[in-house]
Amino acid sequence: MKDVRADERDTTMNDVKIETKGVQVYYGENHAIKDVSLAIKDKTVTAFIGPSGCGKSTFLRCLNRMNDTIDIARIEGEISIDGEDIYDPRVDPVQLRAKVGMVFQKPNPFPKSIFDNVAYGPKIHGLASNKAELDEIVETSLRRAAIWDEVKDRLQAPGTGLSGGQQQRLCIARAVATSPEVLLMDEPCSALDPIATAQVEELISELRTRYSVVIVTHSMQQAARVSQKTAFFHLGDMVEYGETDDIFTNPQDPRTEKYITGRIG
Amino acid sequence: MTAIPDTPSRPSSILEADARTRKRNAAEKRFRMYGLGAIFVGLTALVLLLTSILMQGLPAFQQSYVTLEVPLLEDTLDPSGERNIDDIAGVISFGYNGLIEQAVEDAIETQGIEIEGLDDPAEIVSNQAAAQVRRFVLANPERIGTSETFRFLTTSRVDQYYKGQVTMASAERDSQISPQQLQLAEALAEAGLLEQSFNWNFVTQPDASDQRPEAAGLGVAILGSAYMMLIVLCLALPIGVAASIYLEEFAPTNRITDIIEVNISNLAAVPSIVFGILGLAIFINFAGLPQSAPIVGGLVLTLMTLPTIIISTRASLKSVPPSIRDAALGVGASKMQAVFHHVLPLAGPGILTGTIIGLAQALGETAPLLLIGMVAFVTEYPDAPPEGFFDPATALPVQVYNWTQRADPAFAERASGAIIVLLVFLAIMNITAILLRRRFERRW
Ligand SMILES: Nc1ncnc2c1ncn2[C@@H]1O[C@H](COP(=O)(O)OP(=O)(O)O)[C@@H](O)[C@H]1O
Ligand SMILES: [Mg+2]
Repeated sequence: MKDVRADERDTTMNDVKIETKGVQVYYGENHAIKDVSLAIKDKTVTAFIGPSGCGKSTFLRCLNRMNDTIDIARIEGEISIDGEDIYDPRVDPVQLRAKVGMVFQKPNPFPKSIFDNVAYGPKIHGLASNKAELDEIVETSLRRAAIWDEVKDRLQAPGTGLSGGQQQRLCIARAVATSPEVLLMDEPCSALDPIATAQVEELISELRTRYSVVIVTHSMQQAARVSQKTAFFHLGDMVEYGETDDIFTNPQDPRTEKYITGRIG
Repeated sequence: MTAIPDTPSRPSSILEADARTRKRNAAEKRFRMYGLGAIFVGLTALVLLLTSILMQGLPAFQQSYVTLEVPLLEDTLDPSGERNIDDIAGVISFGYNGLIEQAVEDAIETQGIEIEGLDDPAEIVSNQAAAQVRRFVLANPERIGTSETFRFLTTSRVDQYYKGQVTMASAERDSQISPQQLQLAEALAEAGLLEQSFNWNFVTQPDASDQRPEAAGLGVAILGSAYMMLIVLCLALPIGVAASIYLEEFAPTNRITDIIEVNISNLAAVPSIVFGILGLAIFINFAGLPQSAPIVGGLVLTLMTLPTIIISTRASLKSVPPSIRDAALGVGASKMQAVFHHVLPLAGPGILTGTIIGLAQALGETAPLLLIGMVAFVTEYPDAPPEGFFDPATALPVQVYNWTQRADPAFAERASGAIIVLLVFLAIMNITAILLRRRFERRW
C-alpha cells in the first residue's frame, strides 16, 4: 500500500486521516472482509467500488463502528483515526460517531421537522448552549449541505415531506451538524434520480474542502466524477487502491480491469 | 444446444373467455360467496346476541318507585322525647316497618282506594324502605314528629308486573305478591304516586340480598373493576414495555432469550383459570394478601395481560424501520437515546392500542377472579385507593356470573343489564384504541 500512496500524481499531499491494518470482518462463519489495509487521506474523497456483496458497506461501517450493532459481526485488525485506535476499549462509539458522520443508502430523515432533524445531533452532544447557537448550527449545516435555500422558509415542516434528493441532502446536513471530521456515505445516490444525484455529487465535491469523505458507490462513473482515490473490492478482498484516474485508466489487477470494463459485477 | 420448443399456442380471441379462465372465475366467485356467507352468519349471530341482551337488560335501567308520605311518629322513633341521637339509633330498621305500613294505609285512605281482600298492603314497598327512612331520621332527628315525603323502590314483584314478567295469574300462585296488591299498585299509579323512572341506583348502588333484588346495583363491581384496571395499567404497562424494549432492542440473541421468547408466547395462550390458581397459591396463601381484594385481582390480571402487552409492544417496535435506528446511531446517539427519542415515539400508538386491548381483555375476565374470592357478596364500597385496593370488592363480569346464579327474575334482568354496562366499557376502550391509532399512526 505504501508505494501506492507514494505515487507522484498524489497532488493534495494531505495527512492520513484513517488508517486500517489487516482488518478482517466475520459475520458468524462468513468471512466478509479479508485482511484489508489502507490509508484514507484527509480532505479527500475516497470511493469504494466493487460488485454487490463484496463487502464495501461492511468495511465502511467498520470505520464508525456501526457494525457493533450487529450481534454476529466480529472485527479483527486495527483501525485508527488520527493515530487513535477506534476499537480501543476506552473508546465510546457514541463519541466516535459524532466525529465520523454517516449518510445511508436510503434517505432516512427522522419523522420530525427539518429543524429537529439537523438539531438532534448537536443537542445530544451538547454542542449548543442556547437557542441562538443551535439556530446557527442548523443554518450552517443546511447551507453546507446546499439545501438551505430550499428549506429556509419551512424549517418546521416535516423532513419526510421533502423530495428524495432533498431528504438525502437533509441527511447530509444532519451528519454535518455534529462537526464531524470524516463523512461516510453508503451509496448515497442509489435511491435518487439523475438530477438529485448530480446535486448530491456536486455537494460531495464541496464537502471535500472540510472533511475526509468516504463514499461507497456501485457506479463507476460516479466514482470517477467525485473521488480522488478509489479502492476496488472483490469478494471481501481489497484488490486495488490508488488514484482514481489510475484505477480507471490503468488498472493493475486483472479483476479491476474486468470490473471497470463491465465484465464482472 | 437443442432448440427450445415452442410454447403451446393459445386460442387467439380475447373477446371470449376460454374454459380455463371460466373455471378460474367461477372458483373465485364461489370463494367470494363463501366469504360473504361467513360474514353474514357472523353478523347475524352478533345482532341476535345484542338484541337479546338489550331486550333482557335494558329494563334493569328502569325501576318502579312509589311516593309516600311517612309520619315520623315520636312514639315509635324517640319514645323518651329527648332527641338523644343514641336513643334514636337504638331503634333498628325493623322498628320502622310500622311507619311504612301506616304510610301505605294513609295513602289508600286519602286516595279513597277500595280493594276487597287486600292484605299486607305495605308489601308492595321494598324492604329497603325502612332502612331508607331510618337513615333520614338519623340525619335529621329534628324532623321527628312531622311527616315527610319519601320516594321508595317498590318490591321487584310490582316492578316486574310493569315489565310484564308478573301477571295477575302468576300473582295468584306467588307467596310474595297477591293480585290485590297489584291492584293497589295500579290504583296508586293512577293517582300518580307510583311511576317508572331511570334507575341510576343500578349503576351506583352496591349489590343487595335476595330479600330486596330491586335495590341491587353495580356500584361495588364497577369500582372493583376500575381499581383492578388501575392496578393492571400501572403494573403491566411499564413492566411490559420495559421488558419488550429490552428483549427487542438490547438483549443479545442467544438460547436464553429464545427460551424467554417462546415462554412469553406460551403464556399468552395459558387458560386464565390457571392464572387464578397461581394467584390463589402465591398472592393469597403465600403472600397473605386478603381474599376478594382488588389488589389480588389486579395482580392476577396483570400476569395475564403482560404477555399480550409484551407481544404487541414488540410487534410495534419491530415495525419501526431499522433505518431510523441507524440514523440515530449514525449521528452519535446512544442506543438508549435512539430507542427513547426515536423508536418509542413511533411505536407509541401501537403500544397504546395493545395495552388497551389487553386491558379490555382483563376487564372481561371472570374465571381467575372466581378462584381468588372476588365472587363474594359485598355491600360496602371499598375505600379510596390505595387502602381500597385491599378492601373486598367484586368485578363486573363476576357480578354478572353472580346474578345469573340467583333465582329472582329481577336478578336475571340485572345480569343482562350488567352485561350491557360491561359491553359499553369495552366499546369505549376499543374505540379509544382505534382513535389513538388513527390520530398518531405514521405521521411521516
Ligand atoms: N448484517 C449482516 N449479517 C450477516 N451478513 C451480512 C450482513 N451484512 C452483510 N452481510 C454479508 O457480508 C457480505 C458483504 O456485504 P456488504 O458489505 O453489504 O456488501 P456490499 O455493500 O459491497 O454490497 C455479504 O456476503 C453479505 O451477505
Ligand atoms: Mg452495500
